[in-house]
Amino acid sequence: MPTSPSEHTTPDRTADLAVIGAGPAGLAAAVTAARLGLRVTLLDAADRPGGQYYRHPAPALGATRPQALHHGWRAFATREAALRAHREAGRVTYLPAHHVWTVVPAGEDGWILHAVAGHAPDETPAALRARHVLLATGAYERQLPFPGWTLPGVVGAGGAQAMLKNNLVLPGRRVVVAGSGPLLLAVAGSLAAAGATVPAVVEAAAYTAYAPQAPALLRNPAKLVEGAAYGGALLRHGVRLLTRHAVTEAHGTTRVEAVTVTRLDGDWQPLPGTARRIPCDALAVGHGLVPQLELATALGCATRETADGTAALDVDAEQRTSVPGIWSAGETGGIGGAELALTEGEIAAHAAAGRPAPAALVRRRARLRAFADAMAAAHRPGTGWTGWLREETDVCRCEEVPAGRIREAVRDLGARDARTVKLLTRAGMGWCQGRMCGPAVAALAGGAPAPDRRPLSCPVPLRHLAALEPQAPPPASPDAELPAPGH
Amino acid sequence: MMRSPRELVGGSPEATFPVTFDGRELPAQQGQSLAAVLWAAGILAWRTTREGGTPRGAFCGIGACYDCLATVNGRPNQRACLVPARPGDSVTTQEGTGHADLAV
Ligand code: FES
Repeated sequence: MPTSPSEHTTPDRTADLAVIGAGPAGLAAAVTAARLGLRVTLLDAADRPGGQYYRHPAPALGATRPQALHHGWRAFATREAALRAHREAGRVTYLPAHHVWTVVPAGEDGWILHAVAGHAPDETPAALRARHVLLATGAYERQLPFPGWTLPGVVGAGGAQAMLKNNLVLPGRRVVVAGSGPLLLAVAGSLAAAGATVPAVVEAAAYTAYAPQAPALLRNPAKLVEGAAYGGALLRHGVRLLTRHAVTEAHGTTRVEAVTVTRLDGDWQPLPGTARRIPCDALAVGHGLVPQLELATALGCATRETADGTAALDVDAEQRTSVPGIWSAGETGGIGGAELALTEGEIAAHAAAGRPAPAALVRRRARLRAFADAMAAAHRPGTGWTGWLREETDVCRCEEVPAGRIREAVRDLGARDARTVKLLTRAGMGWCQGRMCGPAVAALAGGAPAPDRRPLSCPVPLRHLAALEPQAPPPASPDAELPAPGH
Repeated sequence: MMRSPRELVGGSPEATFPVTFDGRELPAQQGQSLAAVLWAAGILAWRTTREGGTPRGAFCGIGACYDCLATVNGRPNQRACLVPARPGDSVTTQEGTGHADLAV
């Protein structure tokens, strides 16, 4: 079957279901929906399916054992093979390197999705129609700032993992892993397996916080075994696990040379006199994940507050959002891991096809959601973390806005939420549009978790925006590419 | 115990070629991003910020944070973690907005 780029960007018909995101949730949904007879278009910002979880080396890197960096690779390999078969049979149109930046209603016909296709500087606009849309856009990492966190060598824990899985590189030889959440153990395990020395995993939560959640944990023996496997791997690599501790400062001038690790009270407030220094040449840090919701909030989908204090989409038993025709699966509905994402993707596909979901899937989702909620509750950031900020510590990395200026906006100027702080200080107005500082700014402002609100979910060349006249009727031909000026 | 990511996953790249960073030649493997080529050479910073002039490199590794902006073949503000390395690429440290040379 020919697969020219032009064919990829001009599907010849309206999809029954457009799936945005080819991570575990989107991939599982796309192949299940295709099996159930729907015409599916799968769009993904990356060049290869898998999302962040199943990120793997570019083929040109010639890895013969990509699965060595993965847990549950088979679940991916079977779906990836199914995707290939469905594409060949013409049931799925797979559009890699398509970053969807807006979804707009198209009346009776469903939705129009607008995407940037390809990579800078050669990107082109693409648009397509679908009757139903599944948001499987996943999550990004939550960062809580601390003095020194902008030093080179301080990298996201997920970022270190992504660079390793994708590119087979490490940020340093001696890498401290810190923050909160189960991802840290996985990151430390893979960094150590790939040859890094990991002197410590520094976890802000206390694992005793799991105790009240025992029933949910005990219903998930496989998950406990997975946790124990990570723990065992860390022991083998001589990694120390420090719970109820945080990296409260990174030291160095042009790059990180050491970190200060401090003991925390139950509220994540650093305890005076407990600081110690650990030499390292990199720090991989992250405080859990935050659902990526900008497309959903632009559509008006209702959100709820999760057990770890972020906003996630409110979905019903069949993965419907509050907006008819818009579905959600995986991390967009609350952080829960790959197995839950696969399950939810399959449930959503059944529902979109007008079929009842198999009872086993429904049961598995309930069990895994309970486990996810238990983990989220245990790792919810305590309010005391702001105690490790200094007035001059940059909170917004892009606009270089220090904590002192944000506190001033709250204390003297009456800002009560992240939006007002942003207007007064420029925190969150830079390149990343608050992806890095949003949760921290919201916490400093004392407001509730603010769902993502960004006008655009990715950088869109101005000429593409210009091509979208407000109020303009949808393109005449149902699936025509939007005209780009100069074409 | 495994010694390197390469040993962990086995195999070898289809091609290796040089790219330059501020004129210095670095080995790149086909399929790596420019940020990865820099990391592999032990280079963690390749721009300075507009306000404080402090050094930055890759942070999120997935195109979300924009900390890894670099000037690539003369074009400023390219996210090095997303740009695949190509033979002969020249990466230069980006100072501030990367537009210092433009008379604006
Ligand atoms: S490292 Fe965050 S955008 Fe490249």
